[in-house]
Amino acid sequence: MASTSQSIKSGGGRLAALTAWIDDRFPMTKLWKEQVSEYYAPKNMNFWYFFGSLSLLVLVLQIVTGIFLTMNYKPSAQEAFASVEYIMRDVEWGWLIRYLHSTGASAFFIVVYLHMFRALLYGSYQKPRELLWIFGMLIYLCLMAEAFFGYLLPWGNMSYWGAQVIVSLFGAIPYIGNALTEWIRGDYFISDVTLNRFFALHVIAIPFALVFLVVAHLMALHEVGSNNPDGVDIKKVKGPDGIPLDGIPFHPYYTVKDIVGVGVFLILFCLVVFFAPTMGGYFLEHANFEPANPLQTPEHIAPVWYFTPFYAILRAVPNKLMGVALMGAAVMILFFLPWLDRGKVKSIRYRGPIFKFFLVAFAISFVALGFLGLQPPTPLYTNLARLFTVVYFAFFLLMPWYSSIDRTKPVPTRVTYHAH
Amino acid sequence: MTEEVDAGRRHFLTVATVAVGAVGAAFAAVPFLASWKPSARAKALGAPVEVDISKLEPGAMVKVEWRGKAIFIVNRTPQMLSTLAGIEDRLRDPDSNESEQPEYAHNRDRSVKPEYLVLVGVCTHLGCAPLEKFTPGDATVEAGWPGGFFCPCHGSKFDMSGRVFKDVPAPTNLPVPPYQFVSDTRILIGSDTRSA
Repeated sequence: MASTSQSIKSGGGRLAALTAWIDDRFPMTKLWKEQVSEYYAPKNMNFWYFFGSLSLLVLVLQIVTGIFLTMNYKPSAQEAFASVEYIMRDVEWGWLIRYLHSTGASAFFIVVYLHMFRALLYGSYQKPRELLWIFGMLIYLCLMAEAFFGYLLPWGNMSYWGAQVIVSLFGAIPYIGNALTEWIRGDYFISDVTLNRFFALHVIAIPFALVFLVVAHLMALHEVGSNNPDGVDIKKVKGPDGIPLDGIPFHPYYTVKDIVGVGVFLILFCLVVFFAPTMGGYFLEHANFEPANPLQTPEHIAPVWYFTPFYAILRAVPNKLMGVALMGAAVMILFFLPWLDRGKVKSIRYRGPIFKFFLVAFAISFVALGFLGLQPPTPLYTNLARLFTVVYFAFFLLMPWYSSIDRTKPVPTRVTYHAH
Repeated sequence: MTEEVDAGRRHFLTVATVAVGAVGAAFAAVPFLASWKPSARAKALGAPVEVDISKLEPGAMVKVEWRGKAIFIVNRTPQMLSTLAGIEDRLRDPDSNESEQPEYAHNRDRSVKPEYLVLVGVCTHLGCAPLEKFTPGDATVEAGWPGGFFCPCHGSKFDMSGRVFKDVPAPTNLPVPPYQFVSDTRILIGSDTRSA
């Protein structure tokens, strides 16, 4: 420690002196080197690796815009709807801040779903990244809770009935169900009391947990190192300096690459914010433009698109308790992915045809369930939802079998890389 | 004095300290968890409501609010009551043995006076408000529809007594709230014990 600060001091300059002063009291340079400038990431990471840093960007965007929204929003049943209108019409640039936040919610799920699919493609959840995956899944759970609590806050009619439906899910639990829903609502129905506590959870409790989990996710990542599209462990082949031969420092190489991703993302994001903030009713639902009315259910209740795959599973089951249980299982089964996968290779590049088939079938069923969850329940759609629910679960439950018998290709010792 | 650590004693003290701390934390959590229960004000606002039904025409329905829920009151015609017979095999719980209702409404009509049906208008599936589809044969519901309630959210169907049909997601019949007639034309919703 003393010797490094000496060498920096000898470099001269006031900035270097300040750095040395701080480093003697706080591990600034040490953290920077360990986590960024001397964190060696595989040199073959492709565009799928944009979505982690983009998730972080959207998290910051949601926190900043959220803080500014709370300055004008009123979490009471009497005032909530009007205060959102006030933000949209009277607050300077209020419409922009709100549309950034509402579009950010959908963008968050888009980048997180792509980030998770990347993990499926390249086996990023496999040993030794099981805990990294579990932290990621906990982030995903927090994100769903955050989206659910936040959706009640505008106090539109879809907010109201969406919350009513989701809270009622807990009523399916035998014996304690009714008492539990009353405890969650704090009233005999979704009321001012419920709105007020959902606000507290949305702006303090869940974001706090989310930030903590993101830190844990990154610490776990930097402990085990990043996976890559070849699923090759770059730490196995090191140069004489102890640095992986296929590794490059995160900064400047990946910071620069990620900034390109940020640029492309922001172009698409701003197109939505400025030209289609409701996205035809998919990002902001039409029924939410009228105030909450406890006596009038919207004709067709559909959750926002990012919940619809699980909602379709719920509706596919003609039994309330079983439907709720199956929907919960559809989310929770993802936690067990590292132990369901018995494959000897990580990446899709070296997997056999059976795994590829199941992964494609899973991706199709997830998108199809998402579509079906948006549609009114007709007999045809219900039967289709049942079919895709079976495919969804087959991907996970049959994985120990098909991933172990699949004919995999040999994995190279070095990553595939073509210099540009 | 010996230099050796008494590992057994140290282990016991650690476990005892953790156990006492855990019990303390559990007790400290009680006020926070209990603060989520309905407050005294919420309970007071959940008081019974009185409804005048003298202007309710035969065949018509009125909705009133009690505890934030829609309460359906239907003045059932003899034709409506006649649709209740003979459809038991299409119902999941025709005798309301699995459903929620006061003992005095545990009958086929699910009411105190057959002509007046009082229901909680909240679907037992996920809490949406069912629609009134009283016209027999209403094609927007299904062919051979006897008349009743239809939930637009997930397609649950109920007959003119709020009894649930088979092969729909709702598990039980629409609940009957506690209620009583305080006079021939006034119903008290939410209480069945106040003297008339």
